[in-house]
Amino acid sequence: MIEPIIGRYLHLQIEGKPHRVYVEEAGQGVPLLCLHTAGSDTRQWRGLMNDAAVTQNFRCITFDLPWHGKSSPPEGWWQEEYKLTTAAYVAAIMAVVEGLSLERPIVMGCSIGGRVVLELAASQGARLGGVIGLQSSSHVDPYYDTSWTHRADVHGGEVCAGVVSGLMAPQSPEDERWETLWHYMQGGPGIFRGDLHFYKAEGDLRPRLAQIDTTLCPVWLLTGEYDYSCSPEATLETAAAIAGSEVEIMSKLGHFPMSEHYAHFAEFLRPLLARILDARVSKGGNEQ
Amino acid sequence: MRPEALPAVVNADPVLRRWGRNLTTTLLLEVGSQSWLLRIHDGVMAEVRGGPFVMPSWIFALRADPAAWAEFVQPEPPPGRHDLFALIRHGKLHVEGDLHPFMSHLLWFKSAFAALRRTEIAA
Repeated sequence: MIEPIIGRYLHLQIEGKPHRVYVEEAGQGVPLLCLHTAGSDTRQWRGLMNDAAVTQNFRCITFDLPWHGKSSPPEGWWQEEYKLTTAAYVAAIMAVVEGLSLERPIVMGCSIGGRVVLELAASQGARLGGVIGLQSSSHVDPYYDTSWTHRADVHGGEVCAGVVSGLMAPQSPEDERWETLWHYMQGGPGIFRGDLHFYKAEGDLRPRLAQIDTTLCPVWLLTGEYDYSCSPEATLETAAAIAGSEVEIMSKLGHFPMSEHYAHFAEFLRPLLARILDARVSKGGNEQ
Repeated sequence: MRPEALPAVVNADPVLRRWGRNLTTTLLLEVGSQSWLLRIHDGVMAEVRGGPFVMPSWIFALRADPAAWAEFVQPEPPPGRHDLFALIRHGKLHVEGDLHPFMSHLLWFKSAFAALRRTEIAA
């Protein structure tokens, strides 16, 4: 069996620097751009990219953020400390949107991806068809010392996996949970921590929520109930601050719904995507 | 399962033995007024001794809220009570001391304490 996912490398300028970015896609129709979580990569979306019920109507695209997965860090990376910022994250995403000439894509992101889609809705809404935030909140207060994830006397891969392991629902299948942890075990040194700079410090988007116009860029938020990083309460608080947004709390799922238990997550995602498709078709929107 | 029963389970688990091969430490587990000292050597749980203690010596301590700990050890724990870090996040578990053994073997400790769920009797 060969999966329908196609992987390629895209050469882009991001914030004035040349980048080699790994991109996967499957399906055709409405562009659906998917963003992985902190310290992980595109493999988190393997369930979605192999779901014919989705790919028959959606062109699903996912990419490894620079420094992650099979995307290279920029030249000279060894001379700098990686710290993700809101501006750099938005620049990378919009470079991919432009590089692939995506027409009003739906952008779906999880965790840090669920955070940045709020900024995309606020500042790039006119260029998008809507955003889906998974495990999305406008801010998170630190609850552990992230320096443990990047120090020479602790194995980075093992501690990163250890930190996130409990964020998944205990009911999620063991093999999918451990696959999710495997991705964390393979992150570059300090990359998870660098992403958390955006998630827990720089990327507090509370002041940005009032800028979101959901008539221009609809916002849908889905959060698994077992997530204690982005808790259901945090998502509900975020949704309450975005007029016109929709929110649903997902049972028996945690911080990585698309990767820890795709079949169960699909029960929540497919009806939403069907509604998005209907609305797009009835508006005569571009299906690319 | 009470903590005294952990060595039999943990030491018989080949995965924990392999993950813990470099783990040597002594920790204090405190659940309300109950306490235990757990001595681990090269991933083997060598001793679990129940308190009370007069002058306990340990590398790090885990101090848990009794009601939250009782939920943690349920076979299907509720959200927020299903993981050591979930307890920390909700202020129901405090970790103190030299955290290096704990953080460098986080998956080991999470798995070892999850073994308490193998029966329904709370610690």
